[in-house]
Amino acid sequence: MTITQTRTKSPATDERVAKRSPLQQLLGRPEVGALVGAIVLFIFFAVVSSTFTQPNALATVLYGSSTIGIMAVGVSLLMIGGEFDLSTGVAVISSALTASMFSWYFSTNVWVGVILALLVSLAIGFINGWILMKTKLPSFIVTLASFLMLTGLNLGLTRLIGGSVSSPSISTMDGFDTARGVFASSVNIAGIDVKITVFIWIALVAVATWVLMRTRVGNWIFAVGGDENAARAVGVPVKATKIGLFMGVGFCGWILGMHNLFAFDTVQSGEGVGNEFLYIIAAVIGGCLLTGGYGSAVGGAIGAFIFGMANKGIVYAQWNPDWFKFFLGLMLLLATIVNLIVKRRAELK
Amino acid sequence: MNAKQIDQATLLQNETDPLTHTPVHLLSLDKVGKNYGNILALSDVTMAVDNGRVTCVLGDNGAGKSTLIKIIAGLHQHDDGVLKIMGEERKFGSPRDALDAGIATVYQDLAVVPLMPIWRNFFLGSELTSGFGPFKSLDVQKMKDITKKELAEMGIDLRDVEQPIGQLSGGERQCVAIARAVYFGAKVLILDEPTAALGVKQSGVVLRYILQARDRGLGVIFITHNPHHAFPVGDRFLLLKRGKSIGYYEKKDITLEELTAQMAGGAELAELAHELEQLGGHGDVVKEVQNEVADVAQTTGKAYN
Repeated sequence: MTITQTRTKSPATDERVAKRSPLQQLLGRPEVGALVGAIVLFIFFAVVSSTFTQPNALATVLYGSSTIGIMAVGVSLLMIGGEFDLSTGVAVISSALTASMFSWYFSTNVWVGVILALLVSLAIGFINGWILMKTKLPSFIVTLASFLMLTGLNLGLTRLIGGSVSSPSISTMDGFDTARGVFASSVNIAGIDVKITVFIWIALVAVATWVLMRTRVGNWIFAVGGDENAARAVGVPVKATKIGLFMGVGFCGWILGMHNLFAFDTVQSGEGVGNEFLYIIAAVIGGCLLTGGYGSAVGGAIGAFIFGMANKGIVYAQWNPDWFKFFLGLMLLLATIVNLIVKRRAELK
Repeated sequence: MNAKQIDQATLLQNETDPLTHTPVHLLSLDKVGKNYGNILALSDVTMAVDNGRVTCVLGDNGAGKSTLIKIIAGLHQHDDGVLKIMGEERKFGSPRDALDAGIATVYQDLAVVPLMPIWRNFFLGSELTSGFGPFKSLDVQKMKDITKKELAEMGIDLRDVEQPIGQLSGGERQCVAIARAVYFGAKVLILDEPTAALGVKQSGVVLRYILQARDRGLGVIFITHNPHHAFPVGDRFLLLKRGKSIGYYEKKDITLEELTAQMAGGAELAELAHELEQLGGHGDVVKEVQNEVADVAQTTGKAYN
């Protein structure tokens, strides 16, 4: 056992582990490319627009970011788990429609509708995940199907029940004010109104980060995304993990749906189409691998922040907002390239 | 035939466990067979695995090696014969059953997630937590320490348990998989061709870890088609060919040359020489093969013609 004896006394510092500076360690993180992009973009808009750095404008940017960011949390985790979901944009609207239509037509307290909407959102996630695991089809196909079906259901059911394309206004109903307080109020910080969604967003990112890095479930999420068969072989509950991830996306969709409902008091049944890509873009800009197994919740948050800055920054810079989509596409390309380069550099050193 | 075969009929009755000196093996197969429909994949295989012993299963492609492991690992059930764990007759319904009985299998593809850190891979599926209720969180420091300690005890000199396991060499990854099986209470360790995809040096590394596992008291089943890898580490050798046992030897009763000759199959070589001769025009090659046949005949003491 001489081999063991000489080898066990591996000291805390091994000469083969090249000293990695804190900077290099930082560069190895999945979200660093997005962080660099966010800083560059921030400086850019701060220079071209005199109003961009004012507190009120920042609060607006943060609000815009949070409406994407809340969904990006769930979508990022799902992508780390190796799947993605195209039905998220319309599922948000389904949730909002459920809450408003149910409480309106059954004349209940709106909180009853809110709870029912939560159940519906979780059920949509569960069904997505369950069909995926049962059929073993790619998530692209399964969620594309549910995207189309939900789009049709939103329009069809709303018109069938209410005879119009939008839900009735529920602003005078019982519980509306408390629900608005929870999902769509503002918090005054040093004279600036910050929307409550910003705080919900930050809380969700914190919880998701903790789950990913410090719980068994987090370990399983990385594993099912990294190598599903290997995960199954060592006893990871692959099905439950993936279905749980889809339900997590459903939960985030419920929060955003409730925000949309209580911020305006009615919902347009045809909305939401195309938003699913924004959430995926935020996650990808934030360093989540499309193939799964790599990424972070913080990255998705930074991706959403980049989105918010570009969205509002163009307005503050007094450009034509027509250009926004072009910039978004360019940013997606640049951010993913930066991600790639930074990751390779950091791994080589 | 110089080598003395282990008597298949008396093996399981007369041999005793080297540690406990009782006539019970950690794992034993008695005349085990398996059909897939009308195809006989394995028939009449008898072998034993004991604590602190390495049993090598040798055979060419299609010899029935994988069928044998699949039966022991619980992926398939045998149709004939008896499989005993600690003297108790068993038939595993699933890999989980086999795992619960202390049989761990390290497959060629290893079941590791390349992008995840070594320590996360080590504990994947059996993570340690602290706290209670919904606030249970991973005991990261403890898991890192255990990973480092367990790998060190296997003689794996690790740079950093935080690095992705994909950055390790094939041999090192194999060893992490072995160490994981050992730590989680495996009594029998099945290694499915662990050296097949490795270079010479890496194979040596893996062979050393097989010995480490043996020294820690595990019964090891080492599946390979390379007698040069099997001979130095093995205590017993089971040779399979076309689903049948063609020899079962103690190390003291056989030499590497005899083992190689049996594996190489003197009869096949002789047949090849005949065929080439009939085809004609391959004078040099025929001569070479005939020399080879003569060599094999010399070491095994059998005449092929």
